[in-house]
Amino acid sequence: MLTTALIVLPIAGAFLLWLLPWATARAAGGLALLIALAELFLWVVALQRIDFASGGLQLATETVWFADLGVSYKVGLYDFSLWLVGLTALVTVAAVAYGMWAGRERPRAYFGLLLFLAGATVGVFTAQDLLLFYVFFEAMLIPLYVLIGVWGGVRRTAATLKFIVYTMAGSLLMLVSIIALGLANDTFDMTRLATSDNQWIFLGFLAAFAVKAPLFPFHGWLPDAYREAPSEVSALLSGVISKTAVYGVLRIVLPTFPEPVADWRTVVLALAAVGLVYASLLAFRAPDVRGVIAYSSLAQMCLIFLGLFAVNDSGLSGALLLSVVHGLVSASLFLLAGAVERRTGTGELGRLGGMARGRPILATFFITVGVIALAVPFSAAFAGEFLILNGVFVHGWGWAVAGAVAIVLAAMYVLRLVSAVLHQDPGPSVPAHALDLRPAEIGIVGALLAVLLALSFWPAGITDHAFGGEPAGKVTSLVERGR
Amino acid sequence: MTEFQKPDIDWAALSPSLVLMAAAAVVLVVGVLLPRGARRPFGATVAALALIAAGIAAGVLFSMDDTASTLVRDSLVRDRLAEFAQMLVCGAGLLAVGVSYWESRSPRGEDAPRGLTDDGERVSEYYTLLLAAAGGMTFFVQADTLMTLFLGLEWFSIALYVLTAIGVHRLSSLEAGLKYLIVGSFGSAILLFGSALVYGATGELEFGRIAEASGDADQLFLVAGLAMLIVGLAFKISAAPFHMWTPDVYQGAPTPVTAFMAAATKVAALVVTVRLLVVAFPEQQDLWTVALAVIACISLAWGNLAALVQTNVKRMLAYSSVSHAGFLLIPVAAGTALGGRALLYYLVSYAALSVGSFAVVAARERELGEDVTFANLGGFGWERPFLGLSMALFMLGFIGLPTSGLLLGKFYAFAAAYERGWTWLALAGVVATVLSVPYYLGVIRAMFFSPAQLRAVPAGGSPPRDWPLTAAVVGALVVSIGSLIVADPLIDLARNAVESLQFPH
Repeated sequence: MLTTALIVLPIAGAFLLWLLPWATARAAGGLALLIALAELFLWVVALQRIDFASGGLQLATETVWFADLGVSYKVGLYDFSLWLVGLTALVTVAAVAYGMWAGRERPRAYFGLLLFLAGATVGVFTAQDLLLFYVFFEAMLIPLYVLIGVWGGVRRTAATLKFIVYTMAGSLLMLVSIIALGLANDTFDMTRLATSDNQWIFLGFLAAFAVKAPLFPFHGWLPDAYREAPSEVSALLSGVISKTAVYGVLRIVLPTFPEPVADWRTVVLALAAVGLVYASLLAFRAPDVRGVIAYSSLAQMCLIFLGLFAVNDSGLSGALLLSVVHGLVSASLFLLAGAVERRTGTGELGRLGGMARGRPILATFFITVGVIALAVPFSAAFAGEFLILNGVFVHGWGWAVAGAVAIVLAAMYVLRLVSAVLHQDPGPSVPAHALDLRPAEIGIVGALLAVLLALSFWPAGITDHAFGGEPAGKVTSLVERGR
Repeated sequence: MTEFQKPDIDWAALSPSLVLMAAAAVVLVVGVLLPRGARRPFGATVAALALIAAGIAAGVLFSMDDTASTLVRDSLVRDRLAEFAQMLVCGAGLLAVGVSYWESRSPRGEDAPRGLTDDGERVSEYYTLLLAAAGGMTFFVQADTLMTLFLGLEWFSIALYVLTAIGVHRLSSLEAGLKYLIVGSFGSAILLFGSALVYGATGELEFGRIAEASGDADQLFLVAGLAMLIVGLAFKISAAPFHMWTPDVYQGAPTPVTAFMAAATKVAALVVTVRLLVVAFPEQQDLWTVALAVIACISLAWGNLAALVQTNVKRMLAYSSVSHAGFLLIPVAAGTALGGRALLYYLVSYAALSVGSFAVVAARERELGEDVTFANLGGFGWERPFLGLSMALFMLGFIGLPTSGLLLGKFYAFAAAYERGWTWLALAGVVATVLSVPYYLGVIRAMFFSPAQLRAVPAGGSPPRDWPLTAAVVGALVVSIGSLIVADPLIDLARNAVESLQFPH
């Protein structure tokens, strides 16, 4: 029931907001924030209830949806999915609070859509039936489309269309794979799937997740969508929604397709490595704040895919840790970018600069998040990247070299961003009276930052509490669970 | 000389058609006697009640009929497939009545009459024809011989030809009616010629006996006849390349008529197609499955590509209906029991989405007083939140996003193709779905992302309430969303309905 509550609460909250006609802007935002906080509270309850020692599917619920093809409403939590659900809940709170502070127009529609998005995303992270997974996976598109299309920037129309067409193309291929896999197994229940050695089915799933993540070269939609969306939607999109691809690979692709994964490993690793370096270079050349964050996000997703397709303890732990950390970093960066844009009216690096002077809190937050993003030693991101590189090293030192190069490049683009926004002479768009971060912004970004710092001190909080912690190894436990 | 024997007639099994035709007569005859102002409520009430009664009758028959039986010397069949289709037709008709109610209303109090009726004229005729069309369809889906098939087809087609042209003040309506009449008659003629060839080859009219006799038949005649039958039915399904009439007729006909036509004709024609092919031509299965798969692919390609470049919303929806004919033919082409279930399930949500989306178009048309285009939809979503949101849900549903049962319909259709071993057909459906995304989203973009385009506030403030239309939209929403959530009972119904057919696979 708890898992269902985690899905239903935000969606019910969304409908409540849409149906209450008398809600003022402030009341609508407040109600949405309350619901988002309640969701976070529910997640804490789930954290208490889950048994990390035993692993396996927990807090599961199952109801028949339609018996004809063996499709059911089945949801439940694994220890690793719990962390992704927590990321969703936390970033949703931040996004709703930021949207409230920013005073978006048509607040009832706006906050309702944000909550609906959160509910659908939690649904993806908990679904244990292939078709249900697909339904939630597609349901995420609807609020995203409207959020970007109505509240987005000037070129939002092209951005939304590109985003939807790319994603639909990937997920419909996944639908065919789901059909093939489900009919072959006589059930769509993920916990009862036999392994498959069919490469085409594997590729169908991979297509959906490669577009969603995105993995190079399926990232055509990314720069436009991240640039045109409202900053808190970009935060959700890059921080949380992209992680559904990670979850899909962890939950479906790796356990179900051991042989195709081994056969295609080199290809995926090569794409990830090339994408990693390429995206890092693009981030270094990007002319605006959001461009840098968008391409760095692409680079990090490629890095996570390196860890996933290493398919060993170290790689998987690193990929999960980095997923959570990147979710928080990316969300914080987009919210800070939003803060900068609100003060200057632009995100172009050429028109920014010198914002540190007289704005110490903005500078401190920006630099702290930036330093974590470039994976400085002892940061949580460093722990994740180290584990990934360690994991991928066994498949050839070349992959690790590509990863290491990218870490150097990450330092270059983050420092370029920090310097272009905060240092140098004040840019033409930076008014002298632009304020430092306001208390609301400090609270929102500060909360994300606090979690990041906590994870930096104790990354084992996640890595030791995922994949059952079994000595036999995470991969085996994952594969056995898939049966 | 043999004495004429009166056949035993199972009146109960004919009750849906009889109820509808009786009501049609009542509306026509009593309507003349009533004062003009009372004709509209009278006609609509009788039509709605008759459609409900016929639907219930079909539902009762459905619950009684475990096994199929034939009527009137094997010329009609009484089985759950027919009764399922009858319920759907009656449901679509009921929603269409709601959409029709205020169709005559002149939007801004201008003199220029438009719409299908004005001042109560032709109102009685309108509802009579609507009931006759529905009655024809309920008869058509029971057809078990080539004669009754043709009879039913002409019965509802002629009613629809007149309904299309009933907006006599609009040139486009008359033009559409004429076009529909000519092209439709052409289709009927092909169907009739095909029937003649099949009869010539086998000496039989009844579907089951055609199959028995087909072994000794002249294969050339038989196959030519089969091909012509498929073509004739494809005209009614509006599958490409036999869809030429669809865009003009859908655009020109009064919008409530389009709503009914889009939903009910497809249901009736597809159900009869499945019955005819499975019962009468099991031996030729290798031929017709491939033929239908090819027609499906052409429809998917043509419908979607043409819809992409439309500016008129009704015309776009017409091409979307062509593309959905393609989706609907995928499970038929599979020729399996799974495909049968897929078809029926798909039809339920598709009919709801069709009627619902045309209803919203009708509402916008009435407040603008002109054809609805993407440009003049601007701001509609924020001005009329309920209708705008419903339209958005319908459009997302057509794509196959989880706002309607069409998602499961596509899932089932692709599953049927895959199970048949035709993954390529499922992939064709995938490509078509991706192609369809821009034009469906174009409606949402126009309604919500663009500023208002209404040139002037209609005289007298906001448009009057139109509760019959709103009720129809609510009904369409309930069916489309409900079919996603409570899928299990609906799929059970579909399974029971297709059990009366013996699929060759």
